[in-house]
Amino acid sequence: MGLPDSSQDLSTEMEVDAFRRIFPLRFFERHLSESLRPDARPLGKARDTIVNPGLVSTADGSALAKIGSTTMLAAIRMEVMTPSTDSPDEGCIALEFHMPPICSPTVRPGRPADAAPVISKRLSDTILSSGMIDLKELCLVSGKAAWMGYLDIYCLNADGALFDAALLSAVAAFSNLEIPVVALNDNGRIVAISGGKDEDNASIIEKKAVNKEKRKLTLKNIPFSLTCILHKKYILADPTTEEESIMDTLVTVVLDSSDQMVSLYKSGGTVLAYSSAVKSCVELARKRAKELKQILGEMDID
Amino acid sequence: MEIDRVDGRTPNQLRPLACSRNILHRPHGSASWSQGDTKVLAAVYGPKAGTKKNENAEKACFEVIWKPKTGQIGKVEKECEMILKRTIQSICVLTVNPNTTTSVIIQVVHDDGSLLPCAINAACAALVDAGIPMKHLAVAICCCLADNGYVVLDPNKLEEKKMSAFAYLVFPNTTLSVLPEGSSVAEGEPVEHGIITSVTHGVMSVDDYFLCVENGHAATASLSAFFRKNFQQSQRDSSKAG
Repeated sequence: MGLPDSSQDLSTEMEVDAFRRIFPLRFFERHLSESLRPDARPLGKARDTIVNPGLVSTADGSALAKIGSTTMLAAIRMEVMTPSTDSPDEGCIALEFHMPPICSPTVRPGRPADAAPVISKRLSDTILSSGMIDLKELCLVSGKAAWMGYLDIYCLNADGALFDAALLSAVAAFSNLEIPVVALNDNGRIVAISGGKDEDNASIIEKKAVNKEKRKLTLKNIPFSLTCILHKKYILADPTTEEESIMDTLVTVVLDSSDQMVSLYKSGGTVLAYSSAVKSCVELARKRAKELKQILGEMDID
Repeated sequence: MEIDRVDGRTPNQLRPLACSRNILHRPHGSASWSQGDTKVLAAVYGPKAGTKKNENAEKACFEVIWKPKTGQIGKVEKECEMILKRTIQSICVLTVNPNTTTSVIIQVVHDDGSLLPCAINAACAALVDAGIPMKHLAVAICCCLADNGYVVLDPNKLEEKKMSAFAYLVFPNTTLSVLPEGSSVAEGEPVEHGIITSVTHGVMSVDDYFLCVENGHAATASLSAFFRKNFQQSQRDSSKAG
Protein backbone atom coordinates (compact mmCIF):
# COMPACT_ATOMS: atom_id res chain seq x y z
CA MET A 1 0.00 0.00 0.00
CA GLY A 2 2.98 2.35 0.37
CA LEU A 3 2.87 5.25 2.75
CA PRO A 4 -0.71 6.46 3.00
CA ASP A 5 0.19 9.30 5.30
CA SER A 6 2.71 10.79 2.96
CA SER A 7 0.30 10.68 0.06
CA GLN A 8 -2.33 12.46 2.15
CA ASP A 9 0.23 15.16 2.89
CA LEU A 10 1.33 15.35 -0.71
CA SER A 11 -2.22 15.46 -2.00
CA THR A 12 -2.87 18.73 -0.29
CA GLU A 13 0.20 20.20 -1.96
CA MET A 14 0.12 18.38 -5.28
CA GLU A 15 -1.77 19.44 -8.37
CA VAL A 16 -4.57 17.22 -9.55
CA ASP A 17 -2.76 16.25 -12.77
CA ALA A 18 0.34 15.20 -10.90
CA PHE A 19 -1.69 13.16 -8.40
CA ARG A 20 -3.46 11.49 -11.33
CA ARG A 21 -0.14 10.40 -12.83
CA ILE A 22 1.65 9.40 -9.65
CA PHE A 23 -1.15 7.70 -7.72
CA PRO A 24 -3.57 6.68 -10.50
CA LEU A 25 -5.38 3.99 -8.57
CA ARG A 26 -5.95 6.25 -5.57
CA PHE A 27 -7.13 9.02 -7.88
CA PHE A 28 -9.74 6.72 -9.40
CA GLU A 29 -10.83 5.23 -6.11
CA ARG A 30 -11.50 8.68 -4.71
CA HIS A 31 -13.92 9.17 -7.58
CA LEU A 32 -15.44 5.68 -7.37
CA SER A 33 -16.32 6.18 -3.71
CA GLU A 34 -18.57 9.03 -4.90
CA SER A 35 -19.99 6.75 -7.65
CA LEU A 36 -18.44 8.90 -10.34
CA ARG A 37 -15.58 8.74 -12.78
CA PRO A 38 -13.07 11.48 -13.59
CA ASP A 39 -15.04 12.46 -16.70
CA ALA A 40 -18.15 12.91 -14.51
CA ARG A 41 -19.91 9.82 -15.89
CA PRO A 42 -21.94 7.66 -13.50
CA LEU A 43 -20.50 4.14 -13.20
CA GLY A 44 -22.97 2.36 -15.47
CA LYS A 45 -23.09 4.91 -18.26
CA ALA A 46 -21.33 4.55 -21.59
CA ARG A 47 -19.76 7.46 -23.45
CA ASP A 48 -21.54 9.43 -26.20
CA THR A 49 -21.87 7.31 -29.32
CA ILE A 50 -22.05 8.58 -32.89
CA VAL A 51 -22.43 6.48 -36.05
CA ASN A 52 -21.91 7.99 -39.52
CA PRO A 53 -22.69 5.74 -42.48
CA GLY A 54 -21.50 5.92 -46.06
CA LEU A 55 -18.30 7.95 -45.66
CA VAL A 56 -16.06 5.97 -48.01
CA SER A 57 -17.46 6.44 -51.52
CA THR A 58 -15.19 3.86 -53.14
CA ALA A 59 -16.42 1.10 -50.84
CA ASP A 60 -19.68 -0.78 -51.23
CA GLY A 61 -20.58 -0.10 -47.61
CA SER A 62 -18.88 1.89 -44.89
CA ALA A 63 -19.44 3.47 -41.51
CA LEU A 64 -17.59 5.47 -38.88
CA ALA A 65 -18.39 4.73 -35.26
CA LYS A 66 -17.25 6.87 -32.33
CA ILE A 67 -17.71 5.89 -28.73
CA GLY A 68 -16.32 8.84 -26.77
CA SER A 69 -12.90 9.30 -28.38
CA THR A 70 -12.52 5.74 -29.67
CA THR A 71 -12.99 5.97 -33.43
CA MET A 72 -13.38 3.04 -35.83
CA LEU A 73 -13.81 3.20 -39.61
CA ALA A 74 -15.27 0.11 -41.28
CA ALA A 75 -15.41 -0.43 -45.04
CA ILE A 76 -16.73 -3.36 -47.05
CA ARG A 77 -15.70 -4.28 -50.56
CA MET A 78 -17.59 -7.03 -52.41
CA GLU A 79 -15.92 -9.32 -54.90
CA VAL A 80 -17.19 -12.28 -56.83
CA MET A 81 -15.59 -15.63 -56.16
CA THR A 82 -16.35 -19.32 -56.64
CA PRO A 83 -17.92 -20.81 -53.55
CA SER A 84 -16.37 -23.87 -51.92
CA THR A 85 -17.73 -27.30 -52.72
CA ASP A 86 -18.86 -27.85 -49.09
CA SER A 87 -21.25 -24.88 -49.27
CA PRO A 88 -22.04 -24.06 -52.88
CA ASP A 89 -24.94 -21.80 -51.90
CA GLU A 90 -23.10 -19.59 -49.49
CA GLY A 91 -20.92 -16.52 -49.80
CA CYS A 92 -18.16 -15.56 -47.42
CA ILE A 93 -17.06 -12.68 -45.21
CA ALA A 94 -13.38 -11.96 -44.51
CA LEU A 95 -12.87 -9.62 -41.59
CA GLU A 96 -9.64 -7.82 -40.76
CA PHE A 97 -9.04 -5.42 -37.89
CA HIS A 98 -6.13 -3.00 -38.26
CA MET A 99 -4.49 -0.83 -35.62
CA PRO A 100 -2.34 1.64 -37.54
CA PRO A 101 0.20 3.74 -35.61
CA ILE A 102 -2.15 6.73 -35.69
CA CYS A 103 -4.44 5.15 -33.12
CA SER A 104 -2.19 4.98 -30.10
CA PRO A 105 1.31 5.98 -28.94
CA THR A 106 2.02 2.36 -28.01
CA VAL A 107 1.59 1.08 -31.59
CA ARG A 108 4.67 1.43 -33.78
CA PRO A 109 4.91 0.78 -37.55
CA GLY A 110 6.24 -2.63 -38.49
CA ARG A 111 5.26 -4.18 -35.19
CA PRO A 112 1.58 -5.10 -35.21
CA ALA A 113 -0.20 -4.42 -31.93
CA ASP A 114 -0.80 -7.44 -29.68
CA ALA A 115 -4.48 -6.68 -29.45
CA ALA A 116 -5.15 -6.49 -33.21
CA PRO A 117 -5.29 -10.20 -34.23
CA VAL A 118 -7.19 -11.05 -31.04
CA ILE A 119 -9.88 -8.42 -31.65
CA SER A 120 -9.99 -9.45 -35.31
CA LYS A 121 -10.72 -13.07 -34.44
CA ARG A 122 -13.24 -12.17 -31.74
CA LEU A 123 -15.10 -9.90 -34.16
CA SER A 124 -15.33 -12.50 -36.90
CA ASP A 125 -16.44 -15.17 -34.38
CA THR A 126 -19.09 -12.84 -32.96
CA ILE A 127 -20.45 -11.72 -36.33
CA LEU A 128 -20.57 -15.21 -37.80
CA SER A 129 -22.00 -16.96 -34.74
CA SER A 130 -24.65 -14.31 -34.10
CA GLY A 131 -26.26 -15.19 -37.42
CA MET A 132 -26.62 -11.52 -38.34
CA ILE A 133 -25.84 -12.24 -41.97
CA ASP A 134 -27.39 -15.09 -43.89
CA LEU A 135 -24.53 -16.25 -46.10
CA LYS A 136 -27.04 -17.72 -48.54
CA GLU A 137 -28.06 -14.16 -49.45
CA LEU A 138 -24.58 -13.70 -50.85
CA CYS A 139 -25.03 -16.42 -53.43
CA LEU A 140 -25.25 -15.43 -57.10
CA VAL A 141 -25.24 -18.61 -59.14
CA SER A 142 -25.31 -21.76 -57.07
CA GLY A 143 -22.02 -23.60 -57.22
CA LYS A 144 -20.40 -21.11 -59.58
CA ALA A 145 -20.42 -17.59 -58.20
CA ALA A 146 -20.98 -16.01 -54.84
CA TRP A 147 -20.08 -12.76 -53.13
CA MET A 148 -17.06 -12.45 -50.90
CA GLY A 149 -17.20 -9.45 -48.57
CA TYR A 150 -13.88 -8.00 -47.41
CA LEU A 151 -14.61 -6.04 -44.24
CA ASP A 152 -11.72 -3.90 -43.04
CA ILE A 153 -11.96 -2.05 -39.78
CA TYR A 154 -9.39 0.63 -39.06
CA CYS A 155 -8.89 1.94 -35.57
CA LEU A 156 -8.26 5.67 -35.87
CA ASN A 157 -8.17 6.48 -32.16
CA ALA A 158 -7.75 3.85 -29.46
CA ASP A 159 -9.27 5.12 -26.23
CA GLY A 160 -10.62 1.97 -24.59
CA ALA A 161 -13.51 -0.37 -25.44
CA LEU A 162 -12.02 -1.17 -28.86
CA PHE A 163 -14.12 -4.28 -29.37
CA ASP A 164 -17.39 -2.44 -28.73
CA ALA A 165 -16.63 0.34 -31.19
CA ALA A 166 -15.33 -2.08 -33.82
CA LEU A 167 -18.44 -4.27 -33.60
CA LEU A 168 -20.68 -1.20 -33.85
CA SER A 169 -18.84 0.07 -36.93
CA ALA A 170 -19.01 -3.38 -38.56
CA VAL A 171 -22.76 -3.65 -37.96
CA ALA A 172 -23.32 -0.12 -39.27
CA ALA A 173 -21.22 -0.86 -42.38
CA PHE A 174 -23.28 -3.98 -43.09
CA SER A 175 -26.52 -2.06 -42.78
CA ASN A 176 -25.09 0.58 -45.14
CA LEU A 177 -23.89 -2.06 -47.62
CA GLU A 178 -25.40 -2.05 -51.11
CA ILE A 179 -24.50 -5.05 -53.20
CA PRO A 180 -23.44 -3.91 -56.68
CA VAL A 181 -25.35 -4.86 -59.84
CA VAL A 182 -23.81 -7.65 -61.87
CA ALA A 183 -24.74 -9.74 -64.87
CA LEU A 184 -23.61 -12.99 -66.43
CA ASN A 185 -21.82 -12.32 -69.71
CA ASP A 186 -21.43 -14.63 -72.70
CA ASN A 187 -18.38 -16.39 -71.33
CA GLY A 188 -20.34 -17.42 -68.28
CA ARG A 189 -18.45 -14.97 -66.07
CA ILE A 190 -19.94 -12.37 -63.83
CA VAL A 191 -19.23 -8.76 -64.83
CA ALA A 192 -20.06 -5.58 -63.04
CA ILE A 193 -22.47 -3.16 -64.62
CA SER A 194 -21.61 0.49 -64.15
CA GLY A 195 -24.89 2.15 -65.13
CA GLY A 196 -27.99 1.35 -67.09
CA LYS A 197 -27.60 4.04 -69.76
CA ASP A 198 -25.76 2.10 -72.48
CA GLU A 199 -27.93 0.14 -74.88
CA ASP A 200 -25.68 -2.89 -74.54
CA ASN A 201 -25.83 -2.66 -70.80
CA ALA A 202 -29.58 -2.35 -70.87
CA SER A 203 -29.96 -5.50 -72.95
CA ILE A 204 -27.61 -7.40 -70.66
CA ILE A 205 -29.60 -6.27 -67.67
CA GLU A 206 -32.85 -7.40 -69.19
CA LYS A 207 -31.62 -10.78 -70.31
CA LYS A 208 -29.01 -12.05 -67.90
CA ALA A 209 -28.93 -9.79 -64.85
CA VAL A 210 -28.32 -11.82 -61.79
CA ASN A 211 -29.50 -9.02 -59.55
CA LYS A 212 -31.32 -6.14 -61.12
CA GLU A 213 -30.67 -3.34 -58.69
CA LYS A 214 -28.43 -2.62 -55.78
CA ARG A 215 -29.85 -4.50 -52.89
CA LYS A 216 -29.21 -4.40 -49.19
CA LEU A 217 -28.66 -7.37 -46.91
CA THR A 218 -31.32 -8.28 -44.41
CA LEU A 219 -29.77 -8.20 -40.95
CA LYS A 220 -31.37 -10.21 -38.20
CA ASN A 221 -30.12 -10.76 -34.63
CA ILE A 222 -27.79 -7.77 -34.62
CA PRO A 223 -25.16 -8.14 -31.87
CA PHE A 224 -24.46 -5.26 -29.46
CA SER A 225 -21.61 -5.32 -27.02
CA LEU A 226 -20.57 -3.64 -23.80
CA THR A 227 -17.21 -3.91 -22.06
CA CYS A 228 -17.14 -3.43 -18.28
CA ILE A 229 -14.32 -3.21 -15.76
CA LEU A 230 -14.63 -5.10 -12.48
CA HIS A 231 -12.75 -3.46 -9.63
CA LYS A 232 -13.40 -4.53 -6.02
CA LYS A 233 -17.14 -4.08 -5.75
CA TYR A 234 -17.50 -1.52 -8.54
CA ILE A 235 -18.54 -2.21 -12.11
CA LEU A 236 -17.54 0.48 -14.63
CA ALA A 237 -19.17 0.41 -18.04
CA ASP A 238 -17.31 1.43 -21.21
CA PRO A 239 -13.78 2.07 -19.92
CA THR A 240 -11.25 4.51 -21.36
CA THR A 241 -7.62 3.54 -22.03
CA GLU A 242 -6.55 5.11 -18.74
CA GLU A 243 -9.06 3.06 -16.77
CA GLU A 244 -8.11 -0.12 -18.65
CA SER A 245 -4.43 0.37 -17.86
CA ILE A 246 -5.01 0.74 -14.13
CA MET A 247 -7.74 -1.82 -13.53
CA ASP A 248 -7.12 -4.93 -15.55
CA THR A 249 -10.27 -7.04 -15.23
CA LEU A 250 -12.45 -6.60 -18.32
CA VAL A 251 -15.70 -8.40 -19.08
CA THR A 252 -17.30 -8.04 -22.51
CA VAL A 253 -20.94 -9.06 -22.90
CA VAL A 254 -22.44 -9.28 -26.40
CA LEU A 255 -26.23 -9.53 -26.59
CA ASP A 256 -28.32 -9.71 -29.75
CA SER A 257 -31.65 -8.09 -30.50
CA SER A 258 -33.59 -11.10 -29.18
CA ASP A 259 -31.80 -10.82 -25.79
CA GLN A 260 -29.70 -13.95 -26.34
CA MET A 261 -26.09 -13.89 -25.24
CA VAL A 262 -23.74 -14.13 -28.19
CA SER A 263 -20.56 -13.94 -26.16
CA LEU A 264 -19.32 -13.43 -22.62
CA TYR A 265 -15.60 -12.78 -22.77
CA LYS A 266 -13.49 -12.44 -19.66
CA SER A 267 -9.80 -12.98 -20.10
CA GLY A 268 -8.02 -13.30 -16.75
CA GLY A 269 -7.79 -10.28 -14.49
CA THR A 270 -7.14 -9.90 -10.77
CA VAL A 271 -10.83 -9.82 -9.85
CA LEU A 272 -12.85 -13.05 -10.04
CA ALA A 273 -16.32 -12.72 -11.52
CA TYR A 274 -19.04 -14.06 -9.29
CA SER A 275 -22.56 -14.61 -10.58
CA SER A 276 -23.79 -11.34 -9.04
CA ALA A 277 -21.17 -9.37 -10.97
CA VAL A 278 -21.94 -11.26 -14.19
CA LYS A 279 -25.66 -10.57 -13.78
CA SER A 280 -25.00 -6.85 -13.27
CA CYS A 281 -22.82 -6.74 -16.39
CA VAL A 282 -25.56 -8.45 -18.40
CA GLU A 283 -28.09 -5.89 -17.13
CA LEU A 284 -25.82 -3.00 -18.16
CA ALA A 285 -25.34 -4.66 -21.55
CA ARG A 286 -29.11 -4.92 -22.01
CA LYS A 287 -29.53 -1.19 -21.40
CA ARG A 288 -26.69 -0.42 -23.75
CA ALA A 289 -28.17 -2.66 -26.45
CA LYS A 290 -31.37 -0.61 -26.32
CA GLU A 291 -29.41 2.64 -26.70
CA LEU A 292 -27.37 1.28 -29.60
CA LYS A 293 -30.47 -0.09 -31.33
CA GLN A 294 -31.97 3.39 -31.22
CA ILE A 295 -28.80 4.98 -32.58
CA LEU A 296 -28.63 2.51 -35.48
CA GLY A 297 -32.32 3.01 -36.16
CA GLU A 298 -31.83 6.77 -36.45
CA MET A 299 -28.92 6.21 -38.78
CA ASP A 300 -30.97 4.08 -41.15
CA ILE A 301 -33.74 6.63 -41.45
CA ASP A 302 -31.21 9.23 -42.58
CA MET B 1 -34.45 -36.91 -21.97
CA GLU B 2 -30.90 -38.08 -21.57
CA ILE B 3 -28.22 -37.33 -24.10
CA ASP B 4 -26.51 -40.21 -25.83
CA ARG B 5 -22.86 -39.45 -26.29
CA VAL B 6 -20.86 -41.31 -28.88
CA ASP B 7 -18.35 -42.64 -26.37
CA GLY B 8 -21.04 -43.62 -23.88
CA ARG B 9 -20.25 -41.00 -21.24
CA THR B 10 -22.89 -39.31 -19.12
CA PRO B 11 -23.30 -35.57 -19.76
CA ASN B 12 -21.32 -34.65 -16.65
CA GLN B 13 -18.53 -37.15 -17.08
CA LEU B 14 -15.04 -36.02 -18.03
CA ARG B 15 -12.71 -37.95 -20.29
CA PRO B 16 -9.86 -39.90 -18.65
CA LEU B 17 -7.25 -37.43 -17.39
CA ALA B 18 -3.51 -37.99 -17.45
CA CYS B 19 -0.78 -35.64 -16.28
CA SER B 20 2.95 -36.17 -16.11
CA ARG B 21 5.40 -33.54 -15.00
CA ASN B 22 9.14 -33.05 -15.43
CA ILE B 23 9.18 -34.87 -18.75
CA LEU B 24 11.58 -32.49 -20.56
CA HIS B 25 14.96 -31.81 -19.00
CA ARG B 26 15.90 -28.45 -20.59
CA PRO B 27 12.93 -26.32 -19.45
CA HIS B 28 12.74 -25.37 -15.81
CA GLY B 29 9.29 -26.91 -15.63
CA SER B 30 7.32 -29.08 -18.01
CA ALA B 31 4.10 -31.04 -18.06
CA SER B 32 2.02 -33.09 -20.41
CA TRP B 33 -1.73 -33.05 -19.92
CA SER B 34 -4.23 -35.18 -21.74
CA GLN B 35 -8.01 -35.35 -21.57
CA GLY B 36 -9.05 -38.35 -23.62
CA ASP B 37 -7.30 -37.93 -26.97
CA THR B 38 -6.56 -34.20 -26.60
CA LYS B 39 -2.95 -33.91 -25.53
CA VAL B 40 -0.93 -30.76 -24.83
CA LEU B 41 2.69 -30.35 -23.81
CA ALA B 42 3.66 -27.28 -21.77
CA ALA B 43 7.15 -26.03 -20.92
CA VAL B 44 8.16 -23.15 -18.66
CA TYR B 45 11.42 -21.23 -18.85
CA GLY B 46 12.05 -18.63 -16.26
CA PRO B 47 12.14 -16.30 -14.55
CA LYS B 48 14.61 -14.64 -16.90
CA ALA B 49 15.99 -11.16 -16.37
CA GLY B 50 14.29 -8.17 -17.96
CA THR B 51 10.76 -7.48 -19.14
CA LYS B 52 9.46 -6.73 -22.61
CA LYS B 53 9.24 -3.18 -23.84
CA ASN B 54 5.78 -1.94 -22.89
CA GLU B 55 5.40 -4.08 -19.78
CA ASN B 56 5.41 -2.88 -16.21
CA ALA B 57 8.90 -3.29 -14.75
CA GLU B 58 7.61 -3.50 -11.18
CA LYS B 59 5.89 -6.80 -11.85
CA ALA B 60 6.86 -10.17 -13.30
CA CYS B 61 5.97 -10.51 -16.97
CA PHE B 62 4.71 -13.63 -18.76
CA GLU B 63 4.92 -14.51 -22.41
CA VAL B 64 3.12 -17.40 -24.01
CA ILE B 65 4.10 -19.11 -27.24
CA TRP B 66 1.49 -21.41 -28.74
CA LYS B 67 2.58 -23.91 -31.32
CA PRO B 68 -0.20 -25.66 -33.24
CA LYS B 69 0.20 -29.25 -34.35
CA THR B 70 0.35 -28.31 -38.05
CA GLY B 71 0.23 -25.13 -40.05
CA GLN B 72 1.43 -21.61 -39.49
CA ILE B 73 0.68 -19.40 -36.55
CA GLY B 74 -2.39 -17.27 -37.25
CA LYS B 75 -5.05 -15.32 -35.41
CA VAL B 76 -6.44 -18.38 -33.63
CA GLU B 77 -3.07 -19.07 -32.02
CA LYS B 78 -2.58 -15.38 -31.12
CA GLU B 79 -5.95 -15.31 -29.38
CA CYS B 80 -5.14 -18.48 -27.42
CA GLU B 81 -1.79 -16.96 -26.42
CA MET B 82 -3.48 -13.78 -25.17
CA ILE B 83 -6.13 -15.69 -23.18
CA LEU B 84 -3.53 -17.97 -21.63
CA LYS B 85 -1.20 -15.08 -20.81
CA ARG B 86 -3.90 -13.09 -19.04
CA THR B 87 -5.11 -16.17 -17.14
CA ILE B 88 -1.57 -16.97 -15.96
CA GLN B 89 -1.02 -13.34 -14.94
CA SER B 90 -4.09 -13.46 -12.75
CA ILE B 91 -3.08 -16.63 -10.89
CA CYS B 92 0.63 -15.95 -10.37
CA VAL B 93 2.06 -13.71 -7.69
CA LEU B 94 3.58 -10.97 -9.80
CA THR B 95 5.37 -9.02 -7.10
CA VAL B 96 7.77 -11.76 -5.95
CA ASN B 97 10.13 -11.52 -8.93
CA PRO B 98 9.74 -8.05 -10.44
CA ASN B 99 11.37 -7.15 -13.75
CA THR B 100 11.56 -10.75 -14.96
CA THR B 101 10.00 -12.63 -17.86
CA THR B 102 8.71 -16.18 -17.63
CA SER B 103 8.01 -17.96 -20.92
CA VAL B 104 5.34 -20.60 -21.22
CA ILE B 105 5.48 -22.66 -24.40
CA ILE B 106 2.47 -24.73 -25.40
CA GLN B 107 2.81 -27.45 -28.00
CA VAL B 108 -0.41 -29.02 -29.22
CA VAL B 109 0.20 -32.74 -29.66
CA HIS B 110 -3.33 -33.70 -30.63
CA ASP B 111 -6.57 -31.74 -30.74
CA ASP B 112 -9.70 -33.74 -30.07
CA GLY B 113 -11.93 -31.02 -28.66
CA SER B 114 -11.62 -28.83 -25.55
CA LEU B 115 -8.11 -27.72 -26.54
CA LEU B 116 -7.84 -24.39 -24.73
CA PRO B 117 -8.92 -25.77 -21.32
CA CYS B 118 -6.46 -28.64 -21.75
CA ALA B 119 -3.68 -26.13 -22.49
CA ILE B 120 -4.53 -24.03 -19.43
CA ASN B 121 -4.42 -27.12 -17.20
CA ALA B 122 -1.11 -28.19 -18.75
CA ALA B 123 0.35 -24.70 -18.23
CA CYS B 124 -0.66 -24.77 -14.55
CA ALA B 125 0.99 -28.14 -14.02
CA ALA B 126 4.15 -26.91 -15.77
CA LEU B 127 4.24 -23.74 -13.65
CA VAL B 128 3.96 -25.86 -10.49
CA ASP B 129 6.80 -28.03 -11.79
CA ALA B 130 8.94 -24.94 -12.37
CA GLY B 131 8.20 -23.59 -8.91
CA ILE B 132 6.68 -20.28 -10.06
CA PRO B 133 4.84 -18.72 -7.07
CA MET B 134 1.06 -18.84 -7.59
CA LYS B 135 -1.97 -17.81 -5.55
CA HIS B 136 -4.01 -20.82 -6.65
CA LEU B 137 -4.34 -23.05 -9.70
CA ALA B 138 -6.50 -22.31 -12.71
CA VAL B 139 -8.78 -25.23 -13.45
CA ALA B 140 -10.31 -25.13 -16.91
CA ILE B 141 -13.31 -26.95 -18.35
CA CYS B 142 -15.33 -26.81 -21.54
CA CYS B 143 -19.14 -26.83 -21.21
CA CYS B 144 -21.30 -27.35 -24.26
CA LEU B 145 -24.94 -26.60 -24.69
CA ALA B 146 -26.93 -29.22 -26.57
CA ASP B 147 -30.07 -28.31 -28.52
CA ASN B 148 -32.44 -29.60 -25.86
CA GLY B 149 -30.89 -27.41 -23.16
CA TYR B 150 -28.65 -30.03 -21.55
CA VAL B 151 -25.13 -29.12 -20.57
CA VAL B 152 -22.45 -31.54 -21.71
CA LEU B 153 -18.97 -31.38 -20.20
CA ASP B 154 -15.61 -31.96 -21.87
CA PRO B 155 -16.76 -32.59 -25.44
CA ASN B 156 -14.61 -34.16 -28.10
CA LYS B 157 -14.16 -32.52 -31.49
CA LEU B 158 -17.25 -33.99 -33.14
CA GLU B 159 -19.46 -33.00 -30.22
CA GLU B 160 -18.02 -29.45 -30.22
CA LYS B 161 -18.90 -29.05 -33.88
CA LYS B 162 -22.43 -30.40 -33.45
CA MET B 163 -23.37 -28.33 -30.41
CA SER B 164 -25.10 -24.99 -30.77
CA ALA B 165 -22.86 -23.21 -28.27
CA PHE B 166 -19.99 -23.91 -25.92
CA ALA B 167 -18.09 -22.06 -23.23
CA TYR B 168 -14.54 -22.43 -21.96
CA LEU B 169 -14.60 -21.65 -18.22
CA VAL B 170 -11.64 -21.31 -15.88
CA PHE B 171 -12.09 -21.30 -12.11
CA PRO B 172 -9.67 -21.27 -9.18
CA ASN B 173 -9.11 -24.71 -7.70
CA THR B 174 -11.20 -25.88 -4.76
CA THR B 175 -9.46 -25.50 -1.44
CA LEU B 176 -9.13 -28.28 1.08
CA SER B 177 -9.41 -26.89 4.57
CA VAL B 178 -9.34 -28.70 7.89
CA LEU B 179 -12.51 -27.02 9.05
CA PRO B 180 -15.32 -26.68 6.50
CA GLU B 181 -16.04 -23.20 7.86
CA GLY B 182 -12.46 -22.32 7.12
CA SER B 183 -12.95 -22.10 3.36
CA SER B 184 -13.02 -18.48 2.32
CA VAL B 185 -16.18 -16.83 1.16
CA ALA B 186 -16.51 -13.68 -0.90
CA GLU B 187 -19.84 -12.00 -1.73
CA GLY B 188 -21.74 -14.91 -0.32
CA GLU B 189 -20.17 -17.44 -2.66
CA PRO B 190 -17.10 -19.60 -2.07
CA VAL B 191 -13.97 -18.24 -3.70
CA GLU B 192 -13.73 -21.16 -6.10
CA HIS B 193 -17.00 -20.12 -7.75
CA GLY B 194 -15.47 -16.97 -9.17
CA ILE B 195 -14.77 -17.05 -12.88
CA ILE B 196 -11.16 -16.29 -13.85
CA THR B 197 -11.71 -16.61 -17.59
CA SER B 198 -14.74 -17.24 -19.75
CA VAL B 199 -14.77 -17.52 -23.54
CA THR B 200 -18.01 -18.47 -25.27
CA HIS B 201 -18.78 -19.46 -28.85
CA GLY B 202 -22.25 -19.55 -30.32
CA VAL B 203 -25.47 -18.01 -29.13
CA MET B 204 -27.02 -19.10 -25.81
CA SER B 205 -29.50 -17.56 -23.43
CA VAL B 206 -28.24 -15.89 -20.25
CA ASP B 207 -29.86 -18.60 -18.09
CA ASP B 208 -28.14 -21.33 -20.12
CA TYR B 209 -24.81 -19.61 -19.48
CA PHE B 210 -25.40 -19.71 -15.72
CA LEU B 211 -26.33 -23.38 -16.04
CA CYS B 212 -22.99 -24.01 -17.75
CA VAL B 213 -21.21 -22.15 -14.93
CA GLU B 214 -22.92 -24.31 -12.31
CA ASN B 215 -21.93 -27.51 -14.09
CA GLY B 216 -18.45 -26.09 -14.42
CA HIS B 217 -18.24 -25.73 -10.62
CA ALA B 218 -18.98 -29.42 -10.17
CA ALA B 219 -16.33 -30.34 -12.71
CA THR B 220 -13.67 -28.14 -11.10
CA ALA B 221 -14.11 -30.07 -7.86
CA SER B 222 -13.15 -33.33 -9.59
CA LEU B 223 -10.35 -31.70 -11.61
CA SER B 224 -8.92 -30.09 -8.45
CA ALA B 225 -8.97 -33.46 -6.72
CA PHE B 226 -7.10 -34.94 -9.68
CA PHE B 227 -4.45 -32.17 -9.55
CA ARG B 228 -4.00 -32.66 -5.80
CA LYS B 229 -3.66 -36.44 -6.07
CA ASN B 230 -1.24 -36.15 -8.99
CA PHE B 231 1.05 -33.65 -7.23
CA GLN B 232 1.01 -35.58 -3.96
CA GLN B 233 1.79 -38.81 -5.81
CA SER B 234 4.85 -37.41 -7.54
CA GLN B 235 6.03 -35.81 -4.30
CA ARG B 236 5.77 -39.16 -2.55
CA ASP B 237 7.67 -40.84 -5.40
CA SER B 238 10.47 -38.28 -5.39
CA SER B 239 10.83 -38.43 -1.60
CA LYS B 240 11.10 -42.23 -1.80
CA ALA B 241 13.76 -41.95 -4.49
CA GLY B 242 15.73 -39.34 -2.52
